[in-house]
Amino acid sequence: MIPLVDLFSLCAIGAGVFFFFAGTVGLLRFPDSLTRLHALAKADNLGLGLVALGLLPRADSALAAFKLIVIWALVLLSGASTAQLIGRALRRGRK
Amino acid sequence: MSPWVLAGLVGAALVGLGLYGLILHPHPLRKLLAFNLIGSGVFLVFGIVARRGAAAGFSFDPIPQAMVITGIVVAFAASALAVALILRLHAESGRVTLDPEAWTKPDDGAAKS
Amino acid sequence: MSVLPFLDVALALLVVGLAVWTIAARDLFASVVGYVAYGLLLALVWVRLYAPDVALTEAAVGSGVTGVLLITAGKRLGAARAGEAGPSPGLALKLFAGALALLVAGALVAIILILPDPAPSLAPQAAAAADGPGAGLGNPITAVLISYRSFDTMLEKVVLILAVLGVWSVGADKAWGAAPAPLGRRNPYGATVFLAQMLAPVGAVIGVHIFWVGADAPGGAFQGGALLAAMWMIAMMARITEPPRVDARWLRLALVAGPAVFLIAGLAGPLMAGSFFAFPHAFAKPIILFIEAFMLLSIAVALPALVAGPPNGRSE
Repeated sequence: MIPLVDLFSLCAIGAGVFFFFAGTVGLLRFPDSLTRLHALAKADNLGLGLVALGLLPRADSALAAFKLIVIWALVLLSGASTAQLIGRALRRGRK
Repeated sequence: MSPWVLAGLVGAALVGLGLYGLILHPHPLRKLLAFNLIGSGVFLVFGIVARRGAAAGFSFDPIPQAMVITGIVVAFAASALAVALILRLHAESGRVTLDPEAWTKPDDGAAKS
Repeated sequence: MSVLPFLDVALALLVVGLAVWTIAARDLFASVVGYVAYGLLLALVWVRLYAPDVALTEAAVGSGVTGVLLITAGKRLGAARAGEAGPSPGLALKLFAGALALLVAGALVAIILILPDPAPSLAPQAAAAADGPGAGLGNPITAVLISYRSFDTMLEKVVLILAVLGVWSVGADKAWGAAPAPLGRRNPYGATVFLAQMLAPVGAVIGVHIFWVGADAPGGAFQGGALLAAMWMIAMMARITEPPRVDARWLRLALVAGPAVFLIAGLAGPLMAGSFFAFPHAFAKPIILFIEAFMLLSIAVALPALVAGPPNGRSE
């Protein structure tokens, strides 16, 4: 019998890994840069978010759990900003 | 194969790749990148010396690791100086070549356009 | 059977693959982007070698700040295309360079495989340093940097100052004393400004945190200083702040503060503890943290000064 906490971690991390996998497939298979950017953003936001969520109950202390959330928030912030900048560069290049 | 041997092989490969790029790339900034590859390869080889020197209750030898940390910062400082020299060369002459023949040939005006 | 060996091999292949990309990429920008990704993965290799302190430094300085330096340089060169740099090398030179590179790499592999066993180690001395002169420090690397090899660390800070002087002095004579060229474009994109406004305060707090925990856990003045420097550079790219004039007194004081405080504390050693760069046992930890705080300041100022480049007299 798996403890409920472990089951939760397993499900969340598994789902996160799935999003990373899907994002990578999209990055390799999508036809143009904007759709590839879209695939990458999903992997960053949802994939890392779910992995962090799954690791939360396994953190040693409240500080460690807080650090996990901060890491996710920072990746969200930088990922969203760079996606915006790359998208703008693409649009400028196309005109 | 233990992880440190693998890391050592990576370090050796990085030094080889960097040396190849350093000789072959005509662009000085690309040469600088290649030189940084050599540098990180050397650091990695020194890193496995640190890993192998595990003793006295540490799983690594702290002294080579501390030297690698100072080394990375010094390598960056040297890169910054090289970048400044390259930019100055470009500002003075309008070219970025390090090819000695390009400097002895009479300027046909093409390089400045 | 553990899955770790496979991950190690995959990581090694990725690092070498990205290094190949850095060398083989067609244009400079792609090459630099490859180099930044390479540096981040190399940091993971360092973690696998039980070197989290080196990993932090590699990620922050080796990958991050060096990437900013090279991308900025590429942008400033701008029009100078690869073709202008000179002719591509001929086949003979390619073969020669390939053979030479193989020879050097092969020799290194041979040396790695015949490294002496048991390996020589200075770890006992480092442990003694962490116990004695660096009393109270839980992180042996910090103990080595500030106590056992203190003279090296102090001189390394001097090297940083010399590099800043070197970069400043390649500027045009007329421009001396002026500020370096701005890092960002004249009208920064909204996303850049947003990122700088959100990230810089958080990053600065994390930088100070990394410095503070460096006494007992991975981290320290180098890593924290590099992070502070990166935050300042993000603010400069978003044009929230501009690079300071190179004759600004506060800038010069901040640059020399680290090595100066270190040197004074080292020279006070004979009075306090009997030899140069020795610290009295009871106060070792506060003194070391005091020195490190000034080194943090010097690093946080020196790295952006190196990236910003020489003074630029022209107005935009």
